[in-house]
Amino acid sequence: MAANKVVIQDLTLQYSDGTESLRGVSMEIRRNAVTVLFGPAGGGKSTLLRCLNRLNDLTEIKASSGKVLIDGENVLDPKTDVIVLRRKVGMVFARPVVLPLSIRENIVYGLELAGEKRKSQLDQAMERSLKLAAIWDEVKDRLDDPAAALSGGQQQRVCLARVLALQPEIILLDEPTSGLDPISTGKVEAALQELKKEYTIVLVPHSVQQAARTADYAAFFLQGELIEYGEGKTMFTTPKQQRTEDYIMGRFG
Amino acid sequence: MDKSLTWREFVITRLIQACCYSAILFVLLIFFFLLREGLPALAEVELESLSNIRWYPIEEYFGILPLISGSLIITLGAALIAVPFGIGTAVYISEIAPRWMREILKPLVELLGGLPSVVLGFLGILIVSPYLRTLLDLPTGLTAFTGSLLLGGIAVPTVVSVAEDALDAVPRAYREGAWALGATRWQTIWRVTLPAARSGVLTAVMLGVGRAIGETMTVMMVTGNAPVLAVRLASLFSPVRTMTATIAAEMGEVANGSVHYHVLFFIGMVLFLISLGVNIAASSVVFRAKKRAERILS
Ligand SMILES: Nc1ncnc2c1ncn2[C@@H]1O[C@H](COP(=O)(O)OP(=O)(O)OP(=O)(O)O)[C@@H](O)[C@H]1O
Ligand SMILES: [Mg+2]
Repeated sequence: MAANKVVIQDLTLQYSDGTESLRGVSMEIRRNAVTVLFGPAGGGKSTLLRCLNRLNDLTEIKASSGKVLIDGENVLDPKTDVIVLRRKVGMVFARPVVLPLSIRENIVYGLELAGEKRKSQLDQAMERSLKLAAIWDEVKDRLDDPAAALSGGQQQRVCLARVLALQPEIILLDEPTSGLDPISTGKVEAALQELKKEYTIVLVPHSVQQAARTADYAAFFLQGELIEYGEGKTMFTTPKQQRTEDYIMGRFG
Repeated sequence: MDKSLTWREFVITRLIQACCYSAILFVLLIFFFLLREGLPALAEVELESLSNIRWYPIEEYFGILPLISGSLIITLGAALIAVPFGIGTAVYISEIAPRWMREILKPLVELLGGLPSVVLGFLGILIVSPYLRTLLDLPTGLTAFTGSLLLGGIAVPTVVSVAEDALDAVPRAYREGAWALGATRWQTIWRVTLPAARSGVLTAVMLGVGRAIGETMTVMMVTGNAPVLAVRLASLFSPVRTMTATIAAEMGEVANGSVHYHVLFFIGMVLFLISLGVNIAASSVVFRAKKRAERILS
C-alpha cells in the first residue's frame, strides 16, 4: 500500500468571478495521519477540500486544471462517479448541519440514501460510528430525541458520526470546531487522533494553535499558493519560509 | 432632542398609524355591508330551500348547493393541476436549471401571472373548449374540466413564484450537507430541500388555491354556467356554475332589496368565509412551521 492516499498535481482553479483561488498546488496527503491546511482567510483551503470530493461541481467555476489522484485515480476526470466518490471522501462543515430528524435518523441518513434498508445493519453502523466520534455515551439513552436539541459540540460530533457511518476512507473537516467551546473542541480533537489510525484525515483548523496541536503534516496556504509543506512538528517550531514564520508568530498583514 | 424633529417623528408615526387603521376599517366595513345585505336572506328564504339543489331564482328556487359544489369541483380540479405543475416548475427553476435558463424563466412566469383573466377566458372559449369537445366527444366543451384547466393555468404562476422564493431561501449548507453524504440531485431535492422549504411551499399552494376560488371572469366564460349539482366524476365533464360567476352574472339585473338580491349577498358571505378558512389554514400551517424552525435553530 502506497503511503500517499492522495496526490495533488499542479491544481489550479478559478471561480466564475475571476478570482484565482488555487495556483499550481502540488502536494501529497498521507494515509493514517492528520494533514492540516492552514493560512489566512481566502487562502484557498476550503476550495482545495471541495476539490477532493468534487463539491465544487455545484459552484460555478471558470477554469480548472491539474489532477487529484486518490488511490492513483484522477477524481477530477469527468467520468468519475461523484456519488461513489463522496461516500468514500466524507466531509464535516464548520457549522454543524443536523437535519431536523432524530439523532438515530441523522446517523443512518447517508446509509439509507445509499440504499441500505436492513435494520440490524443500520443499528450496528450507528453504534459503531457514534462510538468512533466519541459521543455514544452522551446520547445512547436518547437516540430518538431530535438531533437539534443537542449542544453545538454534540451536534458537530453527530455530524462526524454521520460521515463515519458511511465508512469513508478519507475525512475532510473544514473548521469543524470554529463554533465550539474549548472542552467540546478538545473532544473533537481527541476523536480525530483516534480516527487517524483507520482513516486519512484532512483538517482546516480554526486557529494556528489548533493546527500546531493536531498536525502530523501541515501545509501553509497564502492567496491560493502552497507556500510550505512538511511535518507538523518542524513547521511549527522551525518554519523554513519567512512568510510562514510571520503568520505563525502572528506578525501578519 | 431638537423640537421640530420630535414633532416630525410624531406626525409621521401618526400618519402610518392612520393608514393601518383605515385599511382595517375598510375591510370591516365591507364585511358589515356583506352581513347587512346577506343575512336577511336567512329570514326571507327557509334554510331548507337554501340548501336545495335547484337554483332557479325566477321561480324562487334558491338552492345554493349547486353553486358551492360547482366552485369546489372546479377549484379542486385546478389545484390538482396547479400544485404538481407549479411545484415541479419551481423545483426546476431553483434547483436544476442552469443560470441563464433561470434568468429567462423567472420573468416569463411572472409575466404569465400578470395575464388578464379575461384574455385567458377568451383563449378558453376559442381554443381549449372546442378542442376538448372533439377530443373527448362531449356535447359541449364548456365544462367544469375546462374551467379547472384554465384556473389551474391562472394559479400556476402564483404557485411557482412563491414556491421558488421558498426553495431559494433554503440555506446552501443544507444542500451541500446532503451532497457531501453522497445524495443524488433528486434525493437532495426530495429529502432535504423540499422538506426544508415546506412552509413556504404550502403557502404557495394556499395562495394558488385562493386565487382559483375567487376567480370570476374566466370561469364565467368557459364553464357553461348550468347550475347543476356536481358531485359525481362525470360532473367534471358537464357544465357547472360557480358562486363567483352567479354573483357577477345576476347582480346587475336584480332589483335592489329583493329576495334574490339578498341571496346573492348571502353567497358572497359564504365565499368570503371559504376564503377566510383557506387563509387561516395557510397561516396556521406557516405559524406552526415557524415555531418548529425556531426550536431547531435555537
Ligand atoms: N463560490 C465562490 N465563488 C467565487 N469565489 C469564491 C467562491 N468560494 C470562494 N471564493 C473565493 O476563493 C478564494 C478562496 O476561498 P476559500 O473559501 O477557499 O478560502 P479559505 O482559505 O477557506 O478561507 P477561510 O479561512 O476564510 O475559510 C477567496 O478569494 C474567495 O473569495
Ligand atoms: Mg474556508
